[in-house]
Amino acid sequence: MSLFIENFSTITYLLAAALFILALKWLSNPATARRGNLAGEIGMLAAIVGTLIGHHVIRYEWILVGLVLGSLIGAPMAIWMPMTAVPQRTALSHACGALAAALVGTAHYYLFFKPIPHPPTTVTMIFLCLEILLGSLTFTGSLMAFGKLQDLLPTRPMVYRGQNILNFAILTLAVLCAAAVVIQPAWTWLFPLILLLAATFGVLLILPIGGADMPTVIALLNSYAGLSASMMGFVLDNRLLIIAGALDGASGLILSIVMCKAMNRSFTNVLFGAFGQVRASAGAAEKKNVRSGSPEEAAQIMEAAQSVIVIPGYGMAVAQAQHKVRELYDQLSKRGVDVKFAIHPVAGRMPGHMNVLLAEAEIPYDRLIEMDEINGDFPQCDVALVVGANDVVNPAARHDQSSPIFGMPILDADKARTVMAIKRTMNPGFAGIENELYFAENCMMLFGDAKAVIASVARELTESN
Amino acid sequence: MILAETSDFSSYFFVFLLAAFLGLEVIKRVSPLLHTPLMSLTNAISAISVVAAIEICGLEKGQTSVLATVLGTIAVAAAFANIVGGFMITDRMLRMFKPRGADKASAKVQK
Repeated sequence: MSLFIENFSTITYLLAAALFILALKWLSNPATARRGNLAGEIGMLAAIVGTLIGHHVIRYEWILVGLVLGSLIGAPMAIWMPMTAVPQRTALSHACGALAAALVGTAHYYLFFKPIPHPPTTVTMIFLCLEILLGSLTFTGSLMAFGKLQDLLPTRPMVYRGQNILNFAILTLAVLCAAAVVIQPAWTWLFPLILLLAATFGVLLILPIGGADMPTVIALLNSYAGLSASMMGFVLDNRLLIIAGALDGASGLILSIVMCKAMNRSFTNVLFGAFGQVRASAGAAEKKNVRSGSPEEAAQIMEAAQSVIVIPGYGMAVAQAQHKVRELYDQLSKRGVDVKFAIHPVAGRMPGHMNVLLAEAEIPYDRLIEMDEINGDFPQCDVALVVGANDVVNPAARHDQSSPIFGMPILDADKARTVMAIKRTMNPGFAGIENELYFAENCMMLFGDAKAVIASVARELTESN
Repeated sequence: MILAETSDFSSYFFVFLLAAFLGLEVIKRVSPLLHTPLMSLTNAISAISVVAAIEICGLEKGQTSVLATVLGTIAVAAAFANIVGGFMITDRMLRMFKPRGADKASAKVQK
């Protein structure tokens, strides 16, 4: 029994590690996903209780302050944050996680010297430096991503001459300072400089990232935040931290690879390519014919259709149109029209963004189909309805080698019998590329706010009932 | 002391490697449908760094500095915000994912 009490925190950590792995395993299927989340919660609770009871913890007052503050910040964000703001919240939570890692690393570093000096080993210092480098650059990087997603900062890429060279120089300088501290741990004056340099690098790294690249960047920041937690585990001889951090790092890595593949681009291209700059010269306004339709016409065509595929994009999130889309889905389903949703992996501002919004509108998840599965259905489909998506349906990606998105896998909306695209104006989309889909003969443009247009189409269908 | 005194670093690498590969295998199977909840759940899980922050805050007075306590408290708050917020919003999202016919079935139960 005494053996059990002595090793209580180790046992809780072991339990937590097992539950975290089970949590991710159960998350793979929507039917067991909530159980997965519960497993994660229990694991976390076990680890926290184990730590609080553990013999390292003598004072409780500041822990309590931190826990209360954390709950006051975290809970309201989870309860009242609208689902359209999930990308922002995610960026913010990456910032919080990274901040915690950087601060813990900093506190540990200074504890090596005050009040009881006990110089760290070189290996400890290496991991501590990696922890705070990753932590502080992810902190500021995620705050920048938050600013862009929340429209506090311009979402267009911000570029200037020599940008990549400057970024690289700052990162190199940060690493050199870190190396110096590894060799001479007593140079405490150098430590704040490392934090500052890494934080500056985080800001500069996100400046040239455009909104369309946010899914990749958020996933990458997720990975960094996990890795810095893992490094903390190396410093602290804590295997639970290593495992949990590695799981988070792996998840972020997989998601960013998925996102990069879905755009046919490499990591370096996403990070340093400044995709989506305004290209002033690009095909200066060639006059082409566009067919514009009314909601009544759209309703008539859809009513006569057998199958409709809806292609949602970021525009649906901006217009908060998901609930109106659900009304349209109900009206069409009632008439026996087969309605499906085609989800491009990079639609929206974070991985899985569209799925969450449509699920919020109570559209059954078996109607949400991935790109590779649904692309074969477009040739037999009567209507492809594009709601606020743009580049992911641009046929130029298939054949136009001069197009910046050439080679990117797209949803073959153009192969449908009729294409309807809801758009505010004819302005090019996020990547600044003109979309030839809108000039195709089988395409009908529905101009206006996505929410308003869908609502009036749904109303037409209700009235003709 | 809460810091590692013996340098058993090679075993950490093995733990890291195994966890990373296991993570890659498990997470590869997560349906793209759930990629957003996946991200919020892994984010909540990696906020396990709260245990390190708790240990810093909980150090005996003679063994710690004001700086370490201040940084530790902020770190506990930041990590715990992720834990509370992360698990809650993940559950909120997962509750929304329903298969076809699920809403009718639950409506019947309510009647």
